[in-house]
Amino acid sequence: MSVTAAAEATAAPAAPLYRKVGSIRRERRWALIGAYVALAVFVVFFLTPPFHMLMTSLKSSAEIADLSNNPWIVQSPTLENYWALLNHGSYPRHFLNSVIVTLSTVAITMVISLLAAFALARMRFWGSATLATGVFLTYLVPETLLFIPLFQTIGSLGLYNNLWAMVLLYPTITVPFCTWIMIGYFSSIPKELDEAALIDGANHFQMLWKIFIPVALPGILAATIFAFTVSWAQFLYPMVFLVSSEQMVLTVGIVSDLIRGDTFQWGMIMAGAIMAALPPLLIYAFLMDYYIAGLTAGATKG
Amino acid sequence: MAQVSLRRVVKEYEGGVQAVKGIDLEIADEEFVVLVGPSGCGKSTTLRMIAGLEEISSGEIAIGGMVVNDIPPRDRDIAMVFQNYALYPHMTVYENMAFGLTLRRFPKDEIRRRVENAARILDIGELLDRKPKALSGGQRQRVAMGRAIVRDPKVFLFDEPLSNLDAKLRVQMRVEIKKVHQTVRTTTVYVTHDQVEAMTLADRVVVMNQGIIEQVGTPQELYHRPATRFVAGFIGSPAMNMIPARLENGAGALRLRLPGDIVLPVPAERTQRYAPLAGGEVLFGIRPEHLTEPKNLDRPNIATFEAAPEVIEPLGMETLVIFSLQGNEVTARLDPAVPAERGRKMPFAADLNQMHLIEPRTGRVL
Ligand SMILES: Nc1ncnc2c1ncn2[C@@H]1O[C@H](COP(=O)(O)OP(=O)(O)O)[C@@H](O)[C@H]1O
Ligand SMILES: [Mg+2]
Repeated sequence: MSVTAAAEATAAPAAPLYRKVGSIRRERRWALIGAYVALAVFVVFFLTPPFHMLMTSLKSSAEIADLSNNPWIVQSPTLENYWALLNHGSYPRHFLNSVIVTLSTVAITMVISLLAAFALARMRFWGSATLATGVFLTYLVPETLLFIPLFQTIGSLGLYNNLWAMVLLYPTITVPFCTWIMIGYFSSIPKELDEAALIDGANHFQMLWKIFIPVALPGILAATIFAFTVSWAQFLYPMVFLVSSEQMVLTVGIVSDLIRGDTFQWGMIMAGAIMAALPPLLIYAFLMDYYIAGLTAGATKG
Repeated sequence: MAQVSLRRVVKEYEGGVQAVKGIDLEIADEEFVVLVGPSGCGKSTTLRMIAGLEEISSGEIAIGGMVVNDIPPRDRDIAMVFQNYALYPHMTVYENMAFGLTLRRFPKDEIRRRVENAARILDIGELLDRKPKALSGGQRQRVAMGRAIVRDPKVFLFDEPLSNLDAKLRVQMRVEIKKVHQTVRTTTVYVTHDQVEAMTLADRVVVMNQGIIEQVGTPQELYHRPATRFVAGFIGSPAMNMIPARLENGAGALRLRLPGDIVLPVPAERTQRYAPLAGGEVLFGIRPEHLTEPKNLDRPNIATFEAAPEVIEPLGMETLVIFSLQGNEVTARLDPAVPAERGRKMPFAADLNQMHLIEPRTGRVL
């Protein structure tokens, strides 16, 4: 501090004009303070609901029902809600179902959209540009409209109330978007790279596998995270197409099992939701660096 | 080791653009041939057709005596170096160079031997573990060449490999490329728009313009005996002067009347050659180095005239003087010791042994 003060003192007489205009250091400090305040407001705003969920999940039913307590504080924390969910009822079944559906969807989505994007971005064929636009347009049809005709389709396939119907349905949401993202990534890879690979002796499959996928890895991870999140959180389709508890996934399972008539088992609902939020959280934590790198790389065509 | 033949090769892109309009070219085994011409003249298209990256609209391309029209790039046994290097960004230098050999299932120790050998030739042994993004432009260029060398292909193809480098490095890498060719002696087709690069590297230069070949020859041939107006103007720097003139017949000898009433006698031994053009308009072509201060006046066919310099460019080892003959700019190359002053008339000597006459209608050099 004393060193900088001394430096300022010697610099001051030399540049009296600029003192009035402002100093870089002061402006930087204000920018920092502004940033911190804005971020703090954001964080508080967005973390309040999860915090409330966490608190509620740690309370006994009696404590939740007692309206004289402060709802933000747990008097006697207990894991009984978690315990009950994991040991009785169909929560583990639903969790497993969600995992099965999500992993299958992600796998199917990535295989289809990588192949589709590679073809649409790189193999010039008749109508490829129109097809690429078409792929994106299908993404714009809302699922709240689509589920009505899909009901017919699923019914005639005999997949009503069948978990595997979800593996068929979710990609209709994820594939167009992921394909579209990947077309963007693949298009930003210079053409000479494929040509070098062709000359080096690669066929199209080796070109995709050894060049395109590694080079576009950030984009692929972004697409994977998207597919994962969408599948994990999908509510409408399981709501419409799944009726029996053993076929259900988490999103609808929690609601249908833990709300009986007008009895809400708040503690267990919150515990279930907290545990349901863990897998996406872990995925994000692991892939966040890549995810961000991927988003920005796409933006600047780096 | 292979020769390359192009026979009546045409490339028409979708939309009807004829980029290459039926060219014939024979490239001998171990030869270093440079395709040169202005941007958009079809050099890259020609090279890419040899590589198999573009289909041929009509005609025939043969490598090592085998017609390759329908053979994909990977089976043509060629290697190509691109202007932007096209290194695989996720692979190390070693992996970049080994990629082609790995795909062709070469044994591991053979790959290592070849990569290390190429790295030694190109002096990039230190860089083998680095990723391309940690390399400078010149180093990337070397790696791109290394990737070609390890394959030991029949033909090297280069598409403007030095265009992304700064001027100093370009000269350095030019020497490097020449040395590599002298070491490995692989047949090479090299594309550039830079005539200096073409002249310094080539065994033979192919000058292209608007999809056709204007002339093929050694650098010396192109310089001293250009076949067309385009080649005459394209090769050489500063460019050849081309002055509209009238070829007059007088007393059994031919004379050139230039703008500004300068009259130059045509060398007697060329009278027969130029006779058909007598009485007509021609372009008088002469390189700046053959327009000098008066010297060697005792030799035959040196003519003098006077003109007033408009621009003087002292370059150190020579001085360029630009004057105008009724609106036609003419560049002369003087000894730096000769005093020249803007606007003051001074004598010049034209070495007419080195003159060219161009038929303006056909662009042919006679
Ligand atoms: N893929 C393409 N489609 C249509 N026209 C092209 C294509 N590639 C090149 N051309 C045209 O062909 C001509 C020759 O191009 P090119 O061979 O790249 O020239 P150069 O390498 O000599 O600069 C140019 O007029 C260019 O616009
Ligand atoms: Mg080109």
